Amino acid sequence: MLKKEDVERVARLSRLKLSDAEIVKFAPPLSYVFKMFEDLDTKNLSGVEETSQVTGLKNILRDDEIKQYPDLTRCTTEELLANAPKKEGTNIVVPRIIEK
Amino acid sequence: MKELFSLTIVRAAELLEKGEITSVELTETILERIGEIDRKFILAYLLVDKEGALKAARESDERRKNNQTRGKLDGIPIALKDLFCQKGVETTAASNILKGFIPCYDSAVVKKLKDAGVVILGKLNQDAFAHGSSTENSDFQVTRNPWDLTRVPGGSSGGSAAAVAADLCLGALGTDTGGSIRQPASMCGVVGLKPTYGRVSRYGVIAMASSLDVIGPICKSTEDAALMMEAMAGKDPLDATTLNTPVPEYSKEIGKDIKGLKIGWPKEYFTAGMDNDVDKIVRATLVKLESLGAEVIEISLPHTDMALATYYILQPAEVSSNLSRYDGIKYGYSVLRNKLPKNLEEVYFESRGEGFGDEAKRRIMIGTHVLSAGYYDAYYKKAMQLRTLVKKDFDEAFKKVDVIVTPVSPTPAFKIGEKVDDPIKMYLSDIYTVPANPAGVPAISCPAGFVEREGKELPVGVQIIGPMLGEPTILNVSNQLEKILNLDQKPSLSSKADEFSGDNS
Repeated sequence: MLKKEDVERVARLSRLKLSDAEIVKFAPPLSYVFKMFEDLDTKNLSGVEETSQVTGLKNILRDDEIKQYPDLTRCTTEELLANAPKKEGTNIVVPRIIEK
Repeated sequence: MKELFSLTIVRAAELLEKGEITSVELTETILERIGEIDRKFILAYLLVDKEGALKAARESDERRKNNQTRGKLDGIPIALKDLFCQKGVETTAASNILKGFIPCYDSAVVKKLKDAGVVILGKLNQDAFAHGSSTENSDFQVTRNPWDLTRVPGGSSGGSAAAVAADLCLGALGTDTGGSIRQPASMCGVVGLKPTYGRVSRYGVIAMASSLDVIGPICKSTEDAALMMEAMAGKDPLDATTLNTPVPEYSKEIGKDIKGLKIGWPKEYFTAGMDNDVDKIVRATLVKLESLGAEVIEISLPHTDMALATYYILQPAEVSSNLSRYDGIKYGYSVLRNKLPKNLEEVYFESRGEGFGDEAKRRIMIGTHVLSAGYYDAYYKKAMQLRTLVKKDFDEAFKKVDVIVTPVSPTPAFKIGEKVDDPIKMYLSDIYTVPANPAGVPAISCPAGFVEREGKELPVGVQIIGPMLGEPTILNVSNQLEKILNLDQKPSLSSKADEFSGDNS
């Protein structure tokens, strides 16, 4: 079973603040799945190619020109900002990143 | 006409064309039924857009009057799983973290369907971010199976399947990452098509696991699914994974006889763990297909057991990447709405910690672990190698057979609450649907029979899997099966009115 510190480590990497109760709750299912993954380690797969996706498509490129895709991407600045939690004019407000 | 809501899309299109009904009549009838039945029994809808739907219906009728109708889907009322962005309509993925989010654009497939003239009734419940197999992981409500209100509709597209089965829309959109169209379709007794990976644009659809996600229709009949697919499929410059191959007229590809068709029966799928009655239905289906002249051949998909392991690495890894965009800065749930923390990390940690539900957190953590330093090669890379083997299994099988027939789910619909506290049990219920996703092949769930549980009839579907871009063949087989089985039962909701007394969270 994963220890408290193990769950805390993954939660930190995941940028999730968890309560102590959540850490206790998540330990068993995470342990089960991580164990299932460890079982895979016994498989010898040397020489097998990797498949990241199945279409066979690679490097879809287009000419470097500005193009308005019909209707879909036509959002105004106001519309795009409407969902932002905190804003001033057309800026999104966040806590200071660089110290004074 | 009293029961317009029970029409299929194809039949409604005929009546619209003949002028025997209008889209407004059709839409009003269904809206009325939603009002009477949905909140009381099913809880399929998260949002009903009455005004928007009636406006679209009026416009459709106007077009028809002026001989400008746009085809068979013009005026047909459908509904969307809440993963599909619809301009100006709240889109939440059934998650708290997106509550109140209003997209300023339509997803590509919604735009295509709107251009074809459909009427969009509203947004349907699902497991939050499509994480689940029962729709119980919705952050807002638990949808009930129309055949037995004490059971789940399956998931994650449970709202879509339940709404179609209960005649609360004529058709619906779903998404499928490991079975989320096929499994609820099977449990609700409707048709669900998971197309080939890359066949339908995913632009504007909230992403779960990008190398596995596909979009497809959930309908009352195979003909309806074929018709919807015609409008949905195709290349889209805004989704680089979409395929360039021309889109066939799927509705003309069905109705062909299947004499000589070779059907594969994978021995690895008929193992312990499957419900006896489900097993019987699948075997009886194969006999029916043989009676139509098809030949059933035993085949092997030797890496079937690896498919689930592959899936449970690739899927959470991609989930963790896709859900990293929910940071409390640009949209969605955020502690910034109430305070301005001292540093940015606090905004991330607290907004995500408070905003995401349990299942999203579990998957984000599993995926983050898999992708973290020191584990990538051991897990993610290995999963991509295993995926090659899973895909090769299908490639080899389709050299010998035209389609593969399997169960959809090991059991009929299970009870609400039965598996929700045991995520592992829930994960294992996807065992027959998962392999098609890493392999990218299309598959359809077609109603095949009923089993009786506690005095209620519960539907069971079979899965028909085809080779890449084999949609025409699997749609045709599904259509032939429908015709010979001729299952016309419907859930009887009104009589159940008194039976149900439960609390919904």
